Amino acid sequence: MIDLTKENFDAEVLESEGVVFVDFWSPKCEPCMGLLPDVEAFAEKNAGRAKFCKLDTAGNKRLAIAQKVMGIPTFVFYKNGEKAFVFNKDEIEMGAVQAKLDELLG
Amino acid sequence: MSEVYEILVVGGGPGGLTAGIYGSRARLKTAILEKGRPGGQAASTMEMENYPGFFNESSGPGIMKEFAAHAEKFGTSIIKGTVVDVDLEGPIKTVKTSDGQEYKAHCVILSPGAEPRSLNIKGEGKLRGKGVSYCATCDADFFEELDVVVVGNGDAAIEEAMYLTKFAESVTIIVIHDEGVLDCNKASAEKAFKNKKLNWVWNSVLDEIIGDEIVELVKVKNIKTGEVTDMETNGVFFFVGTVPKTEFLKGKGVEMTEQGYVVVNEMMETNLPGVYGAGDSNAKYLRQVVTAAADGAIAAVAAEKYLAELETFREQVLESPVPVLLAFWAPQIEKSMAAITVLESVVEKTGGKVALAKLDTYRNKKTSANYKVETIPTVILFDKGEVKGRLEGDFTAADVEKLI
Repeated sequence: MIDLTKENFDAEVLESEGVVFVDFWSPKCEPCMGLLPDVEAFAEKNAGRAKFCKLDTAGNKRLAIAQKVMGIPTFVFYKNGEKAFVFNKDEIEMGAVQAKLDELLG
Repeated sequence: MSEVYEILVVGGGPGGLTAGIYGSRARLKTAILEKGRPGGQAASTMEMENYPGFFNESSGPGIMKEFAAHAEKFGTSIIKGTVVDVDLEGPIKTVKTSDGQEYKAHCVILSPGAEPRSLNIKGEGKLRGKGVSYCATCDADFFEELDVVVVGNGDAAIEEAMYLTKFAESVTIIVIHDEGVLDCNKASAEKAFKNKKLNWVWNSVLDEIIGDEIVELVKVKNIKTGEVTDMETNGVFFFVGTVPKTEFLKGKGVEMTEQGYVVVNEMMETNLPGVYGAGDSNAKYLRQVVTAAADGAIAAVAAEKYLAELETFREQVLESPVPVLLAFWAPQIEKSMAAITVLESVVEKTGGKVALAKLDTYRNKKTSANYKVETIPTVILFDKGEVKGRLEGDFTAADVEKLI
């Protein structure tokens, strides 16, 4: 998975064609750490179909807030640089995330 | 799946992890199913000063890591899985997880825990993850130099509010009670009243959270005057109690309260044989790490006794090479003592062709219940593990001879 920062966020996400998945997380967030192995497995399983990224919000707070993310874990799908779907922390269920990816890829 | 666990624990919070420690130290094949990382709610609670022995530089996540390491050291397997379905009524229990796996066990300890309650205030659902939060350790970083509101005044609310003051510019606590009245412990209240970054709004509740894409404003209602005041803020943290995560147990035969808490006795037994409850999902008086741990210990020891009872029963009765008369007796029922004497003399006369097993019904309630023993004495004849006949109440040597 690509580690996002304020330096590469625009290029990797907003200026990117196709579907981009971003996991907004932080090492201090226990639920995020609990999910991380599942997220990595999800990215591996779907490698080549979309771009998979994660953003550590601890050092990139402003960037997260600019994306209207003020709580983690949050998963955001972007399509051709536009926000396409958001999973807030209570809605995250890897089956549903996979289904959304399949749907976005059409 | 051929593997059958002796103890399978649903949920890896402090209750489940302690059950793991006691189960594996009793050399029982013990596993814990946990959907995320072990530690439960305590793993997201930074400020934790009330677990005995841990008060210097300790934190919820830190203590929970030690719990998990302790359980694993003695042989507990911690398996990742979200439990979606259970079948707990037979002698072998089945637990299913969302990834389609099935786990089997002789005993199940239910410790799924609880989660923060939402109040369903207008705007709360829409702005979750956009300024509305239930987890200070997860989201505090976002509110550096910003203003937040905390709703609630119990231990969690006041302790987490103090944690938030390390990040936020100001933390305003909305308290439903009169000025100076908090539900939290006195030590935390004293500390909180001295904290200059905390502001207090008394006699009030939150009426609405407003924001386009992120939280911008809350409406605070004074319950005495009915007056509603607008307050600009960037975040709202709710700490207003918890609800049990027992949805998957509905309709599965486990007795629960109206609110969904699992009903247990002092041995942590539920109404189903071999099924126990531990931790915050139990109907109980105090929900703390220390009481969850105590529940877990009790549940594991009760499960161990239950397994021993099953084992003895299997060896002496079900797998006996000769027919067995199983006498259900009780030391306080004289009639049952006399019946034992009668049975002993009959069995002796058979010269080893029939064996006698005695079961104290007070110590072995499970087996007695399984065979629907309501009268003491009762004697049941088993051959090759099957019930061949039974006598209840007053019986003579002749009756027993006839039975065999």
